Amino acid sequence: MASIKNFPKEEYVLKGHAACPGCPITIALRTALKALGNDVTLIVPASCSAVVQSLVPKTSFNVPVLNIAFAASASAASGVAAALKRLGKKTIPVVWAGDGGSYDIGIQALSGALERREDFIYVCYNNQMYSNTGIQRSGATPYGAWTTTTWTGKKEMQKELAEIVMAHHIPYVATASIAYLDDLYEKMKKAKEMEGPRYIEIFSPCPPGWRFDMSKTVEIARLAVQTGSWVLYEAINGKIEFTSYSKMLLKGRERKPIEDWLRMQGRFRHLTEEDIKRIKEAIDEKWKYYMQIYNKD
Amino acid sequence: MKVIDTGNHIAALAAKMARPEVIAAYPITPQTTVVERLAQYVERGELDAEFIRVESEHSAMAACIGASATGVRTFTATASHGLLLMHEMIHWAALARLPIVMINVNRAIGPGWNIWSDMNDSMAQRDTGWIQFYVSSNQEIFDTVIQAYRIAEHEDVMLPVMVSYDGFILSHTSMAVDVPEQEKVDSFLHEFNSMWKLDSSHPITHGNIIMPDDYMEVRYSMKKAMDNAMKIIEEVDEEYGKKFGRSYGLVEEYKTEDADYVIVATSAIASEARVAIDVLREKGKKAGLARLRVHRPMPFSRFNYDKMIVIDRAVSLGLGNGGIIYNELKSRGDVYGFVAGLGGKDVNYKDIVKMYEMAEKGKEGWYGVEVD
Repeated sequence: MASIKNFPKEEYVLKGHAACPGCPITIALRTALKALGNDVTLIVPASCSAVVQSLVPKTSFNVPVLNIAFAASASAASGVAAALKRLGKKTIPVVWAGDGGSYDIGIQALSGALERREDFIYVCYNNQMYSNTGIQRSGATPYGAWTTTTWTGKKEMQKELAEIVMAHHIPYVATASIAYLDDLYEKMKKAKEMEGPRYIEIFSPCPPGWRFDMSKTVEIARLAVQTGSWVLYEAINGKIEFTSYSKMLLKGRERKPIEDWLRMQGRFRHLTEEDIKRIKEAIDEKWKYYMQIYNKD
Repeated sequence: MKVIDTGNHIAALAAKMARPEVIAAYPITPQTTVVERLAQYVERGELDAEFIRVESEHSAMAACIGASATGVRTFTATASHGLLLMHEMIHWAALARLPIVMINVNRAIGPGWNIWSDMNDSMAQRDTGWIQFYVSSNQEIFDTVIQAYRIAEHEDVMLPVMVSYDGFILSHTSMAVDVPEQEKVDSFLHEFNSMWKLDSSHPITHGNIIMPDDYMEVRYSMKKAMDNAMKIIEEVDEEYGKKFGRSYGLVEEYKTEDADYVIVATSAIASEARVAIDVLREKGKKAGLARLRVHRPMPFSRFNYDKMIVIDRAVSLGLGNGGIIYNELKSRGDVYGFVAGLGGKDVNYKDIVKMYEMAEKGKEGWYGVEVD
């Protein structure tokens, strides 16, 4: 198992970037690039990451970056992959997209690229809303969450993009979290060594969007896993294995109460007892299912 | 070598001979046979390229952008609704200054579903920064695709090129085409050349946040590139003429020297107009034709005729009578405009003779609807 202490010293996310204080994106990308190295091409759709790079003519990303239209990242990556193949280069095309660009507007291009078995890595950093436009609901926004398009809380449950991705039967699917960087690093390393489409989704709490203090990003990400709200797993050729803390939960460790996680975030401030009960039941249901299916050994 | 084949197959053949490294395309009537033929070339090993069978036209252009930005020659083809779905990425390709070449088979926009010729699809892209050709024969399709790569990849241009022709009238009609030897095409086209590329040994960031002053500079550089294109298109056409024996110019004139009225038209209507000119001349009328081959950049300075009759197969509703080329040329003389042939409504030489005679009487408008 990798340890943060032993991560490569090379930095490909440079100082002077334009991310908010406490932003999870730079934590995620910094770690991802330490694992992947710099022989990559990043494909970045409209998202906070387009802003984080900083302004023309400067950049804080020390790898090639193709910014691309919102719905186009997986298809642009397909073109990059095809060209790299023609040029005989080993460079890995890596899409770096948010949940808006992945769950919603970009899902068609993503599905198409996965089905065509394009040779690339797709990373969705999931902050459960459209953050770049200023906190609007996405397909990844959880039930009850306040956003500027769900003022009284979202009425629907989020969808599970990683599961949709798995239905494409690709070599590698993994979920990760910015609170478990060793796990994220390992998964990026594994993905790097594989061929074909690889998908990694990184849970990324957003301080201004979720209404919590910028010092709490990692804590909130960790609690999401410990409460079972976010789950860490990987699927190699469709075979699902839970990892890190989620594996311990699967083996029987008690989940922390979801209220602890909800209470830390302003976006859930208005939740009624009824709402909390509903969220709790959904997590219980999910874990009941996991226990039945994945806790076999 | 002479071959007899459809416009679409000739377009695919020309694309093949230009040796693109990456093709990304999605089928749509009446472009479909271009995609089918290219897929066949690749699968049979006759064309050594990657063919990305994308799930939409938006993705087709995005894939071409990704490939071109990585440093290889690309090709795509579309029509009608496909071109409209692509619209966002069409702008993107031009702003990114990527020398992509695309065929657009002109077809009407729905509803209702109409698969016949109409130029509203590509005319609606005229402000995207693409160089736009409208061609009139299968031979010209071939020649223009080859020329398009030289123009797009020219260091003073670096803008994508769209070559449009009429759905069915050209796309599905067989004509004799002189196809040069591959070696000759190879010697005409240079190695792929682009303004910038993504390379992990020299990392750059393309397309991040840009402030107003810099953005204005980018747009101005495109303006200059488009101005340069006017000259480069002619130079490339001339060189092509010397090598292959055919050239066309920005505007192809026919009997304009002594003409009382010069008909201005594009594509298949322009071919039909040539016949109309002969008929009108037989009737003792001094008719001429100026076929507009390049619509962007618009060769305004070539239109120095006293009286013009412009026939448009596309409309910008709310802009005078709607004719797009008509409105663009209105300031250059005494101009009469006809909107004709929308949604594939037939326009033959007899109709054009009638339009000429109406214009002589000071009439203009929507032919076959408003004026008859």
